[in-house]
Amino acid sequence: MYRIVTREDLTPAIHLFEVDAPEVARKAQAGQFIVVRVDETGERIPLTIADWDRDKGTVTVVAMEVGKTTRKLATVKQGESIANFAGPLGVPTHIDRYGTVVCVAGGFAIATIVPIARAMKEAGNRVISIMGFRTKDLVFWEDRLRGVSDELIVVTDDGSYGRHGVVTAPLKEMLDDEGRVNRVIAIGPTVMMKFCSLTTQPFRVDTIVSLNPIMVDGTGMCGVCRVSIGGETKFTCVDGPDFDAHLVDWDELMTRQRTYLDEEKVATEHWEHSCGRR
Amino acid sequence: MAKLDLNRVPMPKQEPEARAGNFDEVAFGYTESDASAEASRCIQCKKRNCTEGCPVGVDIPEFIAALNDGKMAEAVRVLKGKNALPGVCGRVCPQETQCEEVCTLAKKDAPIAIGRLERYVADWELKNKSVGDQEIPVQSGRKVAVVGSGPAGLTVAAELAHRGHKVTLFEALHVAGGVLMYGIPEFRMPKHVVQAEVDYVKSLGVELKLDSVIGKMSTLNELQEEGFEAIFLGTGAGLPMFLGIPGENLNGIYSANEFLTRVNLMKAYLFPEYDTPIKVGKRIVVIGGGNVAMDAARCALRLGFDEVTIVYRRSRAEMPARMEEAENAEEEGVVFKLLTNPVRFVGNDQGWVTGMECVQMELGEPDESGRRRPFEKKGSEFIIDVDTVVVALGTTPNPLVPTTTEGLATTRKGTVVADEATGQTTKPGVWAGGDVVTGAATVISAMGAGTRAAASMDAYLKSL
Repeated sequence: MYRIVTREDLTPAIHLFEVDAPEVARKAQAGQFIVVRVDETGERIPLTIADWDRDKGTVTVVAMEVGKTTRKLATVKQGESIANFAGPLGVPTHIDRYGTVVCVAGGFAIATIVPIARAMKEAGNRVISIMGFRTKDLVFWEDRLRGVSDELIVVTDDGSYGRHGVVTAPLKEMLDDEGRVNRVIAIGPTVMMKFCSLTTQPFRVDTIVSLNPIMVDGTGMCGVCRVSIGGETKFTCVDGPDFDAHLVDWDELMTRQRTYLDEEKVATEHWEHSCGRR
Repeated sequence: MAKLDLNRVPMPKQEPEARAGNFDEVAFGYTESDASAEASRCIQCKKRNCTEGCPVGVDIPEFIAALNDGKMAEAVRVLKGKNALPGVCGRVCPQETQCEEVCTLAKKDAPIAIGRLERYVADWELKNKSVGDQEIPVQSGRKVAVVGSGPAGLTVAAELAHRGHKVTLFEALHVAGGVLMYGIPEFRMPKHVVQAEVDYVKSLGVELKLDSVIGKMSTLNELQEEGFEAIFLGTGAGLPMFLGIPGENLNGIYSANEFLTRVNLMKAYLFPEYDTPIKVGKRIVVIGGGNVAMDAARCALRLGFDEVTIVYRRSRAEMPARMEEAENAEEEGVVFKLLTNPVRFVGNDQGWVTGMECVQMELGEPDESGRRRPFEKKGSEFIIDVDTVVVALGTTPNPLVPTTTEGLATTRKGTVVADEATGQTTKPGVWAGGDVVTGAATVISAMGAGTRAAASMDAYLKSL
């Protein structure tokens, strides 16, 4: 069992969990993930690492309520425990001194990009961050990301906060300013990552995305997270989650992500009818 | 001497029609009278062919004699002296090619049903707990790490704990047992039996650490720095192989590992009580002819698929599955399409698999495996309608540990190089055994490798 040392509600549906896991904290690096199982009947889901404290022996993950498992996780209170917390998994994000790095994040992926932006900054890069949300009420960690960026742009789909529009607009403006951007890291919903990739492709700027396919074990055993990268099949859990955005077969990934839509509905309904009402 | 009794006592089991609809164990196991009747057939040979035929060297005549005398606790003691997992082995060992094949009575075509008796004794122990609290031997003061808690790792852990070493058993998943938990289905290997045998190994003083992905959480070098003087690598062959043909990433196509892990480890057959889903369609094809293919096909029947077909490129004679398993599958309603090889998958505009194009095969001369090599019959292509496909072509070792360990030699196939007699690898202080060394094989061969490695590790630890 792994104790929740701190729980924080970043928005009504996005929650932060600082988990007591010293052996994971010891090795955690930006871009890696954890496989979490909430309880004994639970499924295994991957959550990216948002932060860690090696001295305190804790690892922080952020989860957004979307299906049964994330909603069940949202019922776990500070001081309570979750059944399993295995990691750190996947290959860490490659950190180097590239020059100017643009970090783009959408929605709750802000939590994933913060440690990456921080590592890029520590490596001596000029870091420009773009964070996008649907609306003002969903904005979180603006200060944190600003703290590790040389420049920060906030956009909302409805214009209720920051710039009106989507993340690709400021990204394109920066790319138009030729030679200014050396590398782009884009993390968020698959469709957002796809459009960031399409935006940077004509400029031939190296673009890294962190893919989020369905996983079960997270250790290379089942192959459900397979993705096509430049025509080659890769396992996201052990070969990724970071890949060259321009080589990803986005449509295949999005199709595979939809595999269990029907079952997810059944699971959520079942949970609501039994014990899940809050 | 009494006349030889050539009538093996049959194993009672669920009727095919009933069992194809449930996940309960297929074979009920011997009753007390079945077991004593079968045990009384053993002629207690002086030359112990059966013990020699057992990869872990169980004193078979002794445990059968104890059983025959009604001394059950003694039978358990003899069995567990050489085998920490008798409930597992009694169920899934291929006895017909090991102890039973060399049984003196096998010449008369009626070998003692050693596996069934082993299971009977193990199940008796499960109910009666005669072993009780284990006497923990005097501690040697030596620390051992065992990586992977499948059959090989559990065996090494038990053997070295018996010899007084302090063993820590690391497991990447959330339960111990490896392939016994994620691979072999409930109806063939009930999970409470595996759990009981894992608990027995823990009762010997072994510390089990779950959620521990060695290679990521700690490397082997780090374990050595932490004071583990000997390390056993039993990480199995967990990486699924795919066909590499067009359309393989369509929705509805699973590796056998994924399909079985969802069903067995995550209990998707109990969805939505358990959270992990599996898609239950109408027509499923399982590609492959091994035990894993049989397991996947039989799971599919129980999940409620209407038509379950096994597609295999050679003929029945070359099929690597145990004959008993293939027969069980066939009785339950699995259809075998032999001499058939898939060439591509066809999908709909939603990205789901709808068909599998196959070609018919013919058999030529034997290849290096000794089996007749299949080749394609020109112009014989045809399409099988499917909504689900399971690829059960085999597995290769998981590279997480080998790729993060300097000085650990591997072969081209990704297996770890280890001495066959001792399990020693090219890295000092590190032993390996089971599927990570041999590629996918049987539970008992992994346990045999574990027994040999444990002896070598013990000798090494004593020499320090």
